[in-house]
Amino acid sequence: MVRLLQIEFIKLWNNRASKILITSYFVLLTSIALIAAIKFDIGPIKFHLAEIGIFNFPYIWHFNTFVTAFFKLFLAIVIVSMMANEYSNKTIKQNLIDGLSKKEFILSKFLTVISFALISTVFVFVVSLILGGIYSDYDEFSIIFSDLEFVMAFFVKLVGFFSFCLFLGILVKRSAFSLGFLVIWQIIEGITTGLIRWKLFNKETTEFVMGFFPLQSMYNLIKEPITRLEAVQTVADQVGEEIVLDYHVQWYEILIVLGWTAIFVYLSYALLKKRDL
Amino acid sequence: MNTILTVNNLTKKFGYLTAVKDLSFTIEKGNVYGILGPNGSGKSTTLGIILNVVNRTSGEFSWFDGTTSTHDALKKVGAIIERPNFYPYMTAIQNLSLVCKIKEVSNEKIQEKLELVGLWERRNSKFRTYSLGMKQRLAIASALLNDPEILILDEPTNGLDPQGIHQIREIIKRIATQGTTILLASHLLDEVEKVCSHVVILRKGEKLYSGPVDGMMASHGFFELRTTHMEKLKNLLEKHASFGKISQENGTLTAFLKEEMNAEALNKLLFEEGMVLSHLVKRKESLEEQFLTLTKNQ
Repeated sequence: MVRLLQIEFIKLWNNRASKILITSYFVLLTSIALIAAIKFDIGPIKFHLAEIGIFNFPYIWHFNTFVTAFFKLFLAIVIVSMMANEYSNKTIKQNLIDGLSKKEFILSKFLTVISFALISTVFVFVVSLILGGIYSDYDEFSIIFSDLEFVMAFFVKLVGFFSFCLFLGILVKRSAFSLGFLVIWQIIEGITTGLIRWKLFNKETTEFVMGFFPLQSMYNLIKEPITRLEAVQTVADQVGEEIVLDYHVQWYEILIVLGWTAIFVYLSYALLKKRDL
Repeated sequence: MNTILTVNNLTKKFGYLTAVKDLSFTIEKGNVYGILGPNGSGKSTTLGIILNVVNRTSGEFSWFDGTTSTHDALKKVGAIIERPNFYPYMTAIQNLSLVCKIKEVSNEKIQEKLELVGLWERRNSKFRTYSLGMKQRLAIASALLNDPEILILDEPTNGLDPQGIHQIREIIKRIATQGTTILLASHLLDEVEKVCSHVVILRKGEKLYSGPVDGMMASHGFFELRTTHMEKLKNLLEKHASFGKISQENGTLTAFLKEEMNAEALNKLLFEEGMVLSHLVKRKESLEEQFLTLTKNQ
């Protein structure tokens, strides 16, 4: 297993484009700390983002995992091209001739995906812990380490998304087209939602059905955190609107994403096995 | 004899096209094999199948004693297929250390092999800056990293300039003298003739011949003769039982043997008949002539 990771590491780290993308991704993950610096101080209106409670434990776990998940696109580019480049350089052929089995090849890519997700998760965990340590109003041990389900959901979400990218890279064999396919898939899911809602079901059933689609199921894992903010709820209360939200991570949502991950990895392997290179 | 590769009834179909048809042969340790055949005769497909990159339609093949899995066996094989494939953004050293990781051997052989192919000075240049000849030589170095039991080369001199072709051939010869088994696929016959001891000849995916180069045709060779009295010589040889076809071209008489006869005996015979030769050469048909005869006949 270490050998497979080392193989992938040599391929990635010697590629300048990947190196830059990976580095900027982690820099961006850290930059979430910069939100703390957002301060408006215009005469009577004093607004300090860090002080309206977004960095309070345990809310910070929810907020940070939701926001940082958007940066995953950087790694998506890396993952799609690390797969597609093997085809365009024909190095996949050489790898197999040199004695890597097809299973090992897919495994080395999947292990890299897991490592990316794991490192991102640890990174976000540490950054959030430090930010919360500085700005949180609550610092009891039991509060700090509650709601960690979001950190786990973040990990599952990244693994699922990256596995999708991996599969697209193998399926399409060209990085640019694979990324285009990803965008098109997002649009397809959007249109499908619209069609189902329009012709078939009511809002709840549509949401239920769409929860089984790959990208939507990954999005569902971590629900948007803004409406959960106390400040926002206060405003809502004042205008007489009550926001009832179940923002928790559901076990079946995790299961759906894990299912997609398994499907994508298996399909990648099946595709590689079936193809003549 | 140790068997390195056994191929039994291998068939590969691409849709309607049968690229390899019921092919069987074995590769024994220590020989230099050539796979010969015109373009599109199934050479590369056959190599692709035994190297795990092309799926077979039917048939079997097994490496060594047949107990190891194909990808493990390939770690003891060195192979280059068509174009050299490496990561363009990595240097020679980085590319080779990656291959070492895949083959599970240590990095210590990298210098030795790069020196063998004359690339040690360029070890820190990126692969994409190499000329085609250098790329091909790097591929050979990479294939040799594990000191393979067998080296498989598919058209190794394709697209190279004469100097590059010469370099690659020298390297192949040097490797062959070290006792490494070599399997060389090529449509360049003189290339195969110069280095190979055994050949497998393919045409349209079918095997026409496999065995030693010498045994390819039951032929005793031919004489090239020149003298002042050509007509007399021709009549004499036509009457002789040992000779078959006799032809005359550009003042040289070519007489094909039906049975074994050495040059000395012929010289003596003609001298006794009162004929003095100005030119006497005994030759075997070149591989090219044999190959063309074989592929034409069937």
